[in-house]
Amino acid sequence: MTELQILFTGLLVLLLAATMIAHVLDEVRASPSVDNLIARINAWWIMIIAMAIAFALGRTAIVLLFAFASFNAMREFVTIAATRREDHLAVAAAFFIILPLQYYMIWMDWYGMFSIFIPVYAFLLMPIVAVLKGETENFLVRIASVQWALMIAVYCVSYVPVFLSLDIPGFEGKNLLLIAFLILIVQLSDVLQYVWGKAIGRHKIAPRLSPSKTIEGFVGGVVSSTLIGAAMFWITPFTIWQAGLMALGISVMGFLGGLVMSAIKRDRGVKDWGDSIAGHGGFLDRLDSLVFAAPLFFHLTRFFWMTNL
Amino acid sequence: MITALKRLAAHIVAGAIVIFARALTAVRGVWKGVAPAPTRRVYFANHTSNADFILLWAAIPPQYRRHTRPVAAADYWLKNKFRSFIGRDVVRGVLIDRDPATRSKDPVTQMAEATDEGASLIIFPEGQRNMTGEDLLPFKTGLFHLATARPKLELVPVWIENLNRVMPKGEIIPVPFLCTVTFGAPLAYHADKAPFLQAAYDAVLALKPDTGEG
Repeated sequence: MTELQILFTGLLVLLLAATMIAHVLDEVRASPSVDNLIARINAWWIMIIAMAIAFALGRTAIVLLFAFASFNAMREFVTIAATRREDHLAVAAAFFIILPLQYYMIWMDWYGMFSIFIPVYAFLLMPIVAVLKGETENFLVRIASVQWALMIAVYCVSYVPVFLSLDIPGFEGKNLLLIAFLILIVQLSDVLQYVWGKAIGRHKIAPRLSPSKTIEGFVGGVVSSTLIGAAMFWITPFTIWQAGLMALGISVMGFLGGLVMSAIKRDRGVKDWGDSIAGHGGFLDRLDSLVFAAPLFFHLTRFFWMTNL
Repeated sequence: MITALKRLAAHIVAGAIVIFARALTAVRGVWKGVAPAPTRRVYFANHTSNADFILLWAAIPPQYRRHTRPVAAADYWLKNKFRSFIGRDVVRGVLIDRDPATRSKDPVTQMAEATDEGASLIIFPEGQRNMTGEDLLPFKTGLFHLATARPKLELVPVWIENLNRVMPKGEIIPVPFLCTVTFGAPLAYHADKAPFLQAAYDAVLALKPDTGEG
């Protein structure tokens, strides 16, 4: 079996076990939180099956899958953003020009362009398009919201398929494993922080931002996902220590990303980004950690492991 | 034969419109005070966009959607062949003449007769699209007269959120925003016009989500 097949088989076993435990819990003592657990696990089935199909189909499917995720994430972001009708054209350009172009350039592997396209060109284009309407009220807040929507929901999310463009000596043809490692660690870290927090969490870590997050949950989650990351070194180009350090960086960035995104939610007075993923909330509720972890993990890997920069 | 083909085409176009609305807005019905049911109802909602009834329509489960007809202005929907195909055949609108001088039938009678045939109705009691930036304009009296004529109808208040951001007036490209359609508890009938209309107005406004202001 290839590493990927082993990985997905492992996930399958894990999900089957989780599904069985959740249904036993439901029999023993049904409660709204068990219902939520079952909804979450069902959503995990769908997400993992979607990932498995995209992995099996290859590059184009993966680019399309994350373009789809970006579309949904950006829609959630602009929905709670403070835009006005004068920003309509800027928002339309973000959805129908910038987003497709970004993913098209990733698909065609044009690193020099897709790595700066949104931070440079889209960043400058958005306020230009909006300013032509002449509406000055809240201009900075409005346009910054659109720029943030693009940076978070498109630029940062698009780092996931970008791993396919890496060229690491001795690791040719295996870049999918880096995507799998990243997503596995980010999501495990989220789940483990939640589980540790539920089990032994006492002291709130950021009561104003995220009342359910605890110090115990953070430490337990980060330590255990770091250990798992180290143990998964065999699917990466890293040594066991390097893999552990990468997993540590991914977990901490994921945690901080979760805090930033929940500060935005609180500022705008919403609990979840949406409700398209039953039990989880919106796409951004599932992607918030990934959005912050992916660019860092990508650039660390590129900087240290790609020899022919 | 022609009518059968036309009906099939109308069916397909209706499906396509709903799919398009879903893809763009991920529209979701929030059944807060009432559940979807085959009961004959009058859904009365806020009105900010020409596509309001499409969104409300898409939020109703398909088995009840077919019997739910929007009440709309005949002068708009009969203007040309395309509009009349959409207005009359696809959404099966109850088309009323807004001009008292030319009309042959009283709009309230028209609506009441449509419900007698088994339809539920979608109406916008503000009487026009709200372009003012206010949440809700004062209601016209049609809802009261309809409720008086057919007291057994269930009067369901509805709030449509965000659709005005998808395509503001004067724009031609629709932009994706998440939209919700919230259905409230049925309104009790009141024999006095003013308190009834005030209660109806308050019931719609109470469904407006208090977050994510535009």
